[in-house]
Amino acid sequence: MNKVFMSGNHAFAEAAIRAGCKCYFGYPITPQNELGEYMAGNIRNAGGVFIQSESETAAINMLIGASATGVRSMTSSSSPGISLKQEGISFLAGFELPAVIVNVMRGGPGLGNIAPAQGDYFQATRGGGHGDYRTPVFAPASVQEIADLTRKAFDVADKYRTPVMILGDGMMGQMKEPVVFPDKIEDTVEKEWALKGRGNGNSRYLASLILDTSEMERHNWKLYRKYQEIEANEVSYESYMVDDADVVAIAYGTTARIAKGAIKRVRKDGIKVGLIRPITLWPFPSKIIKDIAQRVRKLIVFEMSTGQMVEDVRLAVEGSVDIHFHGRPGGVIPTPVEFARIMYREYQKQKKGSL
Amino acid sequence: MKLKNKWPKYYKKDVSTHYCPGCGHGVVHRLVAEVLEELDLGKRAICVNPAGCAVLAYKYFDIDVIESAHGRGTAIATGVKRAKPELFVFTYQGDGDLSAIGTAETIHSANRGENICVVFINNAVYGMTGGQMAPTTLLTQKTTTSPGGRDPQFDGYPLHITDVVAQFPGVTYAERVAVNSPAAVLKTKKAIRTAFQVQVDGLGYSIIEVLSPCPTNWKMSSIASHKWIDEVMSKEFPLGVLADRRKRG
Repeated sequence: MNKVFMSGNHAFAEAAIRAGCKCYFGYPITPQNELGEYMAGNIRNAGGVFIQSESETAAINMLIGASATGVRSMTSSSSPGISLKQEGISFLAGFELPAVIVNVMRGGPGLGNIAPAQGDYFQATRGGGHGDYRTPVFAPASVQEIADLTRKAFDVADKYRTPVMILGDGMMGQMKEPVVFPDKIEDTVEKEWALKGRGNGNSRYLASLILDTSEMERHNWKLYRKYQEIEANEVSYESYMVDDADVVAIAYGTTARIAKGAIKRVRKDGIKVGLIRPITLWPFPSKIIKDIAQRVRKLIVFEMSTGQMVEDVRLAVEGSVDIHFHGRPGGVIPTPVEFARIMYREYQKQKKGSL
Repeated sequence: MKLKNKWPKYYKKDVSTHYCPGCGHGVVHRLVAEVLEELDLGKRAICVNPAGCAVLAYKYFDIDVIESAHGRGTAIATGVKRAKPELFVFTYQGDGDLSAIGTAETIHSANRGENICVVFINNAVYGMTGGQMAPTTLLTQKTTTSPGGRDPQFDGYPLHITDVVAQFPGVTYAERVAVNSPAAVLKTKKAIRTAFQVQVDGLGYSIIEVLSPCPTNWKMSSIASHKWIDEVMSKEFPLGVLADRRKRG
């Protein structure tokens, strides 16, 4: 396919259809409405299912039903709607059903606003709903990456039989960029676990209710081993100008792009700052951050929140390096100039400290 | 006459249910299994079971079953049926599940005219959690959360959800039946059969509400609870066909 100019929200939808997604269920909420609107026409034209549900809760449960039959399925929303979906995400984890859930984050808590924010990091990376589970979380930083990671999200969801979240923000959803999509595939992989009616075989069921505590414990450890496998195989990050850096910034999504702009500025003045951009937020790229902490003087964590991912950075480095946090919550989009100022200041501080 | 016990093909053998003595669930389970067999639907059937007393229905029905979170049955059924229209899909839900926490899913799946069947057990209480007031609890009826009897001033009125959805053009068939006598049981079976046939014929949404005894939480004998359905409950929830749009179009 040729390069096209497309918004992030449309790219999520087009990439999903090209990944063989057959069912989309969603409820309108800004700033991700264009995703559902794109699906309404295009997934039906491709022979798939689009339902504008009565609620986010209904949408995620429709997804459960479709996924239980082995069909690639997706839902999307923005922060308050994702909160409503958490019950269903917990069931998806318990049932071990694949699903792709897009969160185009906005300012919060509560209704908050409709501006880009990163306040749902904890919710996304800690499971979000009730019970002992995790969901892989992808954080795209460009429309191209939205296309690539949406394809990957379906593959990872199927491979591990797990719900996968793509954590974008209002900026990622609304901005337009050139993008090249991968070729369309049909989801023809036979899923032996899918419910298809018993036919001539034995009847089967999907249930998350496990009243026997030792059996429930076994199920929890089984899920845990799966999460360990995901942690071992699926960590993804981008490393930018890190090799000669004295200070390394850590940021994801929109914030990482702003940080890159800031790095380009400060580098002109010989200020050696690099960037680690986590592409998977869970599993978190702890190892690379821990390694870098051994050889740099300071880490600066940028987020459009009051500080959520910074906790994972702290856990990764275990106190071995100074960490400065700079956050802009509530839908405020920081500028490269602002980040550059922080970089200059923290760089000078660490330099003085070294004398 | 020689009586012969015929075990329904799609009901698991050698299992005893967890239902209380006198409960209506076992009767309705059997009727559903019989109709699945008679219409030859068992091989391609998916049951969506609720949170509530029937949460363990997959231990009894010998067909594929998917559990739902409390109230979400018809949303899950919608997903299954839209993804695989060749499957036969029905939900089995109680009054709390379907007409309290799942009201939105119930109303909107009905309004969309999803081609699914709903088997709705109305026993006027929350059974599994120990007899709390349900939306369908009758006025003056005592439950653990309406200890002085349901008082409309504080608790509102019994909710007639089947009558509500029966108004929707998307609902093809709606009937209220009971299982408190042999004649009523036969009528219930006929209603379930009609509803299942509606889906087989691709005609849309059907719902069968079954007034079902809960002697444990009604604190009555089995016989008294059968009588109570006749004398009290069916006065509030009259039996009969509430919608029949099979012949339209």
